[in-house]
Amino acid sequence: MKLHYEVPGDDFTRAGDASGDVKRRLKRLGFPPDVIRRAAIAIYEGEINMVIHAGGGTADIEIMPDRITAVLSDNGPGIPDVEKAMQEGWSTAPDNIRALGFGAGMGLPNIRKYSDSLNIDTAVGKGTTLTITVLANPAQQ
Amino acid sequence: MGVNSTERFYHSVTLDKGLCVGCTNCIKRCPTQAIRVRDGKAQIITERCIDCGECIRVCPHHAKKAEHDTLGMLDRFKYKIALPAPSLYGQFNRLDDIDYALTGLKALGFDDVFEVSRAAEIISDATRQLLADGKLKKPVISSACPAVVRLIRVRFPDLCGNVLPLLSPMELAATLAREQAIKNGVPAGDIGVFFISPCAAKVTDVRVPISIERSNVDGVLSISDIYPKLLGCMNKIREAEPISCSGIIGVGWSSIGGEAAGLLSENYLAADGIENVIKVLEELEHESLQELDFIELNACAGGCVGGIFAAENGYVARARIKRLRKYLPVSCNRLGDSVGIKSLFWTEPLEFAPVMTLAEKVEDAMRIMDEIEKIAAKLPKLDCGSCGAPTCRALAEDIVRGLARETDCIFLMRREIQQISSKLEKLKGFIPDYSDTLDSERGKQE
Repeated sequence: MKLHYEVPGDDFTRAGDASGDVKRRLKRLGFPPDVIRRAAIAIYEGEINMVIHAGGGTADIEIMPDRITAVLSDNGPGIPDVEKAMQEGWSTAPDNIRALGFGAGMGLPNIRKYSDSLNIDTAVGKGTTLTITVLANPAQQ
Repeated sequence: MGVNSTERFYHSVTLDKGLCVGCTNCIKRCPTQAIRVRDGKAQIITERCIDCGECIRVCPHHAKKAEHDTLGMLDRFKYKIALPAPSLYGQFNRLDDIDYALTGLKALGFDDVFEVSRAAEIISDATRQLLADGKLKKPVISSACPAVVRLIRVRFPDLCGNVLPLLSPMELAATLAREQAIKNGVPAGDIGVFFISPCAAKVTDVRVPISIERSNVDGVLSISDIYPKLLGCMNKIREAEPISCSGIIGVGWSSIGGEAAGLLSENYLAADGIENVIKVLEELEHESLQELDFIELNACAGGCVGGIFAAENGYVARARIKRLRKYLPVSCNRLGDSVGIKSLFWTEPLEFAPVMTLAEKVEDAMRIMDEIEKIAAKLPKLDCGSCGAPTCRALAEDIVRGLARETDCIFLMRREIQQISSKLEKLKGFIPDYSDTLDSERGKQE
């Protein structure tokens, strides 16, 4: 099952809609709670990042019985130092976003923590594409 | 006590078909999309119903009701014990002493009264202790509201482990009251324990408990049902017996925020009303409230005082209870030698009930979701409810399951009629006009 979402960059109040929809679907599809939680949080963090840093982007989700793959793509500023961005607590979010409780520097670290594989393809000035995979172990269902 | 399949899906919430006119009020308000209108009457999908009572509140024709036991059931027992929910105290105008309500219950036919607020204070004490010991998964979600526990069980699988695994105050009160009576020499078989309830979900919770094997409560009486008789008994009381033995914390459980306040910590959130409860649970799923210790959730607006069986407006009751508990001690009951913390735990963990999943196997579920998607794309997305399903998506799902037809959607039906009639209109143009011939034929015959 393939799903495509446009993540708008101009409306912060809608950030989280895409991951929310994916979560609802995974529940109805009967994935194990732990898999749903990991996938939903990883996609949510990626979605929020696109809204905060890149003026929005697109989310392409593929749901398969054994895995959930999310490709989050934006045409934002790119990440100059990926290693630093992966450190817990490192954040370049503006103050108005921090006031909402975001920008704690846990976005990318959380995606890595909750996913089974994370690939970051980024170029300064061009954009960033994250490919996130969460494995579902059918034996546990 | 094992339960058979019909009992497993027992619900106190039922429908009076004679009164149901098939309107869409209830289907639109149900938080688990458990109601459909079919053949002009509402139907409850029993495995989805959580007994929250929203449909009862919203039905303008009073077709939705909640079952409860009646005072006649007292005759079955020799020694009757009443367990009044603290919300009872908010039902009476100018009540300034809880003992009048408790003495009134005795006059009504009960041999003994055990306040549920006493047990609530013990649960508060136990929760404080468990939180301090760091033994619970935070944030801890209150388990006092049976509708909320059932909602989590069917819609929020990931949060089952956060629910406070302790008995409800009602259940603990029943156990303690029974033990006390036996200690006083009453034969166990003679004892009947009755909860005086503001809440329909408690009826279900007693008949089909989900985290203990069997309830210690024998019957659940509705506050509004016994209210006139109880009021009559109370008016005749000259001197109230000194029965009450609970404080601000126990009585406070009757309203939203009361249980949380009993934890003597500021680090909590309290939400009431089923829609608000769902929003908080969704936030919790996102792990965005990790810094909180405790989440109190009540399906009814205002808390238990807002229950379906309450006689008085919930906000009025809440204001009265606030005044009533003002000069009470903070708390009169705590854990101790007679009640150990171990005896308060559930005997069975709360397990996710996948009643909302589309199929057992993910592969099958994905195929079904694809089909739903295709049908949903054809529907108008107005969620008008005229088809009998709460949303267009729900109708699409019912169609895929073979429970409804596309033409149940009045917009698709209208389009189809339009297409047929325009086709007919077109065909009409190809019919040769024989009217002249027919007229002349007729003339010949004459």
